[in-house]
Amino acid sequence: MIARLTSTIAAVAIAAGAWSFALSTPANAAGEEIEIPSHDWSFKGPFGTYDRGALQRGFQIYKNVCASCHALNYVAYRNLEHFGYNEDEVKAIAAEATVIDGPNDEGEMFERPGKPSDRFVAPFANDKAARAANGGAFPPDLSMIVKARPDGANYVRSLLLGYVDPPADFKMMEGMNYNAYFGGHQIAMAKPLYGDDVTYEDGTPTSIEQEAEDVVTFLAWASEPEMEERKRAGVMTLLFLLVFTGLLYATKRKIWADVH
Amino acid sequence: MAANFSNPVVRWIDHRLPIFTFLHHEAHEYPTPKNLSYWWNFGSLAGIALVIMIVTGITLAMHYTPHVDYAFSSVERIMRDVNFGWLIRYIHMNGASFFFIVVYIHIFRGLYYGSYKAPREILWMLGVVIMLLMMATAFMGYVLPWGQMSFWGATVITNLFSAIPLIGDPIVTWLWGGFSVDNPTLNRFFSLHFLLPFVIVGVVILHIVALHRFGSNNPLGIDVKGQKDTIPFHPYYTIKDAFGLGVFLIFFAAFVFFAPNYMGHPDNYIPANPLSTPAHIVPEWYFLPFYAILRAIPDKLGGVLFMFGSIAVLFVLPWLDRSPVRSGQFRPIFKIFFWILLVDVVFLTWLGGKPAEGTYVILARFATAYYFIHFLVVLPALSIFETPKPLPKSISEPVLGAGGGFAGATAAPREKV
Ligand code: HEC
Ligand code: HEM
Repeated sequence: MIARLTSTIAAVAIAAGAWSFALSTPANAAGEEIEIPSHDWSFKGPFGTYDRGALQRGFQIYKNVCASCHALNYVAYRNLEHFGYNEDEVKAIAAEATVIDGPNDEGEMFERPGKPSDRFVAPFANDKAARAANGGAFPPDLSMIVKARPDGANYVRSLLLGYVDPPADFKMMEGMNYNAYFGGHQIAMAKPLYGDDVTYEDGTPTSIEQEAEDVVTFLAWASEPEMEERKRAGVMTLLFLLVFTGLLYATKRKIWADVH
Repeated sequence: MAANFSNPVVRWIDHRLPIFTFLHHEAHEYPTPKNLSYWWNFGSLAGIALVIMIVTGITLAMHYTPHVDYAFSSVERIMRDVNFGWLIRYIHMNGASFFFIVVYIHIFRGLYYGSYKAPREILWMLGVVIMLLMMATAFMGYVLPWGQMSFWGATVITNLFSAIPLIGDPIVTWLWGGFSVDNPTLNRFFSLHFLLPFVIVGVVILHIVALHRFGSNNPLGIDVKGQKDTIPFHPYYTIKDAFGLGVFLIFFAAFVFFAPNYMGHPDNYIPANPLSTPAHIVPEWYFLPFYAILRAIPDKLGGVLFMFGSIAVLFVLPWLDRSPVRSGQFRPIFKIFFWILLVDVVFLTWLGGKPAEGTYVILARFATAYYFIHFLVVLPALSIFETPKPLPKSISEPVLGAGGGFAGATAAPREKV
C-alpha cells in the first residue's frame, strides 16, 4: 500500500511539476524579455511578515511623493492601524486629508476633514483630470499594483530604480522618460525618487534604495493586507492537516489490515 | 441484505421513505473491487471539489455585485472588508484549478484503465458532459471579477461563435446582449455561473447511478467474479477516500494560503478596460491545451471545429478503442501510446501559453495532429493489431489464467450481496 501510495503521489507530483513548468514561462511575444532583479523582502516566504518600520516609512514616501499623482482607492485610513499606529494617530493622519462629502440638507457638497473610515483621498477628481495633469498618461491606482504585475514587488522596486541613461541610439518620444524595466523602456512617469526625498521620522538614512524598498513594502501591504493573517492561518491549517491525515492513514491501515 | 437500523426514528422514517436503506445499499454495503489503487480516489475528490465550489460560490454571491461599474471593486471589497472574504475567494479561485486538476487525473485514469469500455460507455459520456459543463462554468466565473483577462478572455471566446457561417455574427450579438461584451453579458454570465454548478450536480448524480449499475472498473480491468473479489464500500473506501481527501487538502491549502495567485494572471487585478487590449490574452491554465488546438488551425471556423472535436472524440472513444481488454496493464503497445498522449497534452498546454506565432504554431499543429491521430488512428488500429497479455482469472486470484480468457467484453450487472 505504501509503495502504491508513494508511487501515486510521486506521479501526481511529477505531473504537477510538468504542468507548472508548462505554465511557468510567461507568454512572451515579440520584444525582449526584461530580467527583473530579485530583492530580499521581509514579507517573502511562508513565514515572512511586513517590516513595521518599512511600512511606516513607505507610507511616508507614498504620502509625500506618489500621492500627488497616484490614488490608493482600496485602502482606508483605519487600515493604517496595522502599522502599529494607535487610534488617535490614525485619526490625526486621516484628519490631514480633506474629504468632499454631501450633499447636505441644503443640497450642497461640502468639505470636511478625513475620518479613519474614509478611503485614501485620490489626488484627482476623475481619470480625465489625472490624464490632463500628466501629459495624457494615466497614473494607475496603486492599491493593487504589486499583485497586478508579474513578480510585482521586484518589478516596482526595479522600476523606481530603473531610471538610467538611455542607449545612445534610443529614440525617445516627447515627454517620455527612459526606464530599464518598463516594457518598451519609455514611461510617462518622471523619475519619482532621487534619495533624500523625505526626512524619515525614525531617522533611517534616505538613500534611493532604502526609499524604494520601503515604498514597495508599503504597496505590497496595500495589495495584500491579509497576507500575515493568511500565512499564520496557513501554518495552523497545514499542521492540523498533516496530523489529521496521518491519523487517517493509520486508521486506513488498520481497517484494511484484513484485506488480501 | 435488508438494513437493520437500531434507531427507532430512523426505522420509522425508513419504513415510509426508504432513504436510509438506499444509502445503506449505495454507500455502505455497496460491493467494490478490493484492488482499487489510489488513482480511484479522484472521483470522490472531484465530488468534494464540487461541493467546495458551491459552498464558497454561494457565499461569494452574497457579497458580489454583477455590474460593470462595481464587479471589480466588489470582489476586492470581499478580499479586504468581508470577514475571511480573502479566504473564501481564494478557496473558490484555487478551487477551480484544483477541480480541473482532479478531474483531468480522473479522466486520464479512465483512459489508461479502459474505464470507458462496455458496459460503462454512458458513465464515461456523462463524465465528458460534466467536463464540458465545468468548462462553461469556469469560463463564465472567470469573467465575473471583471479584470482585464476577464473582459478580454470573454471577448475572444465569445467571438469564436462568429466563425459559424451566416448566423455567426447574430449569434455573438445575441450571446453578448449587445454589440460588445458589456453589462448585459456580465449579468447573464453571473446568472448562468450560478445555475450551471447545480446542473453539474444533476449530471454527477446520473454519473453515479450509471457507476453503481456495474460498479467500479479496477486496475486489472477484469470483471468482478463474485463476493471474494469485493469489499463493502464502508468502511474500506470511505476511510481510503477520507485519507485521500486529507492529502488533497494539504496540496490545496498550500496554494490557498501561501501562493493564492500563482495560478492566476496578474492582469486580472487590473480593472477591465475595453480600450486597452493586453499584450497576450491567455485563458486559465486548464483551457490551454484546447486553446493551443484552436490557434493551431489557420482558419477560424476550422480552429473552433478542431477544438470542439478534441472533446467530441472523447464522446465516441468507446467505439474507437475496440480492444476487449480494458486495462493498459495488459496492453503493451497501448501503454506506450497512452504515455505519449499524456506528454502530447502537457505539450499542448505549454504551447497554449505561448504566443501564436513562428515555431510555436508549427509545433502546435504537430501536437494537435498527434492528438487526433491517437484517437482516430492509433486506438482503432491497436484494437486490431495488438496482442494483449494474458489476463488473470479473477481479482482475488491474480495468477494468470491459462490461455487468458478475455474478461472485458461480457459483463453482468453487479450482483447485490
Ligand atoms: C508626477 C506624477 C507621478 C508621481 C509623483 C509618481 N508617479 Fe508613478 N506614474 C505616473 C504616471 C503618469 C504613470 C503612467 C506611466 C505610463 O503609463 O507610461 C505612472 C506609473 C506608475 C507605475 C506603473 C508602471 C506600470 O508597470 O504600468 C508604478 C508602479 C508607479 N507609477 C509607481 C510610483 C511610485 C511608487 C511613486 C512614488 C514613489 C510614483 N509612481 C510617483 C505619474 C507619477
Ligand atoms: C462547478 C463549480 C464552479 C466553478 C468551476 C467555478 C469557477 C469560478 C472561477 C474560475 C471564478 C473566477 C475566480 C477569480 O479569478 O476570482 C469564479 C468566480 C465566482 N464564482 Fe464560481 N465556480 C463554481 C461554482 C460557483 C457557484 C455554485 C457559485 C454561486 C452560487 C459561484 C459564484 C461565483 C462568484 C460570485 C464569483 C465572482 C467572485 C470572484 O471572482 O471571486 N461559483 N468561479
